[in-house]
Amino acid sequence: MADIAFLLLIFFLAATTMDSDTGLMRQLPAIPDPNVPQDINKINDRNILEVKVNKDNLLLVEGQLTEFSQLREIAHDFILNANDEPNMPEKEIINIPYFGDVPVTKAVISLQNDIGTKYGVYIAVQNELIAARAELRDELSRREFGMPYERLDEDRKSAIDDYIKVPISEAEPKRIGE
Amino acid sequence: MAKFVKTGKKTTKALNTSSLPDIVFMILFFFMAVTTMRETDVMVTVRIPDATEGKVLEKKSLASFIYIGEPLEALQALYGTEPKIQLNDTFKDIDDIQDFIAQEREQLNEADKTKMLVVLKIDRDTRMGVVTDVKQALRRASALKIMYANTNVDRIVLQ
Repeated sequence: MADIAFLLLIFFLAATTMDSDTGLMRQLPAIPDPNVPQDINKINDRNILEVKVNKDNLLLVEGQLTEFSQLREIAHDFILNANDEPNMPEKEIINIPYFGDVPVTKAVISLQNDIGTKYGVYIAVQNELIAARAELRDELSRREFGMPYERLDEDRKSAIDDYIKVPISEAEPKRIGE
Repeated sequence: MAKFVKTGKKTTKALNTSSLPDIVFMILFFFMAVTTMRETDVMVTVRIPDATEGKVLEKKSLASFIYIGEPLEALQALYGTEPKIQLNDTFKDIDDIQDFIAQEREQLNEADKTKMLVVLKIDRDTRMGVVTDVKQALRRASALKIMYANTNVDRIVLQ
């Protein structure tokens, strides 16, 4: 009996892996249909946070050379726009369940990379942007519902997601500085 | 002549092994529950990047894997050191991704086809050029849900 069990045990030890995969979930944009006219409503310039990474892995945020360590804070402040400054994203009053009529930011983050950018750096930058958004969602959740975002139910989570939407778009890469 | 006298009992009782199968079965079931089948042999070096915001992949059955990185040292004589794309067990080109996705999608049942997820396991030193090509190929294959595999850490250190 024990022999058979050992045999099976060793088989499973050899044929299986234990590592669970973690990763950043992203949704790619669909290929635009050439027959459908494109939405020409351009997003207002003040609503876009432009993040560029060049082939030397240097970071350009809104045209300014920026340290990687500052990125999260910049994105955080940009989305929040606490003082309603005119060069920061606009807000639009939208009705959202649980919140009622609230000013929702129209901010969009655009991430552009060069074909020579290192993948590790690209992921790190993307991670910072996702982290800034997640931080804001978490702050809101704690303020409104008194618990961290992770522990909310699906309805409340999606309400918060609607409040702080902030899509992170991945523009097609350009050959910056080649 | 000295006499050798046995004093006291030297023999120990045999260990009672009647519960051994139970214990081994217990370990066996533990491993069956927490592990998943190894599906492919990775033939490229993949040191996946660090991040802090990674989410755990919950349904592995919905996921297809694409590996990109330098071929393993043993294979470098044959394939060189340029980053290669590995689908299933072979090195493939960008153009093969569409077929690969179609084939993977075929294996899922009807209800799960829209939930298909492509996990990109890419070496951190790979240049974005090849990654972007893969992303464009995935868009063309309309496999839009992707996951950049990473290791979760508390703080990212860029080298």
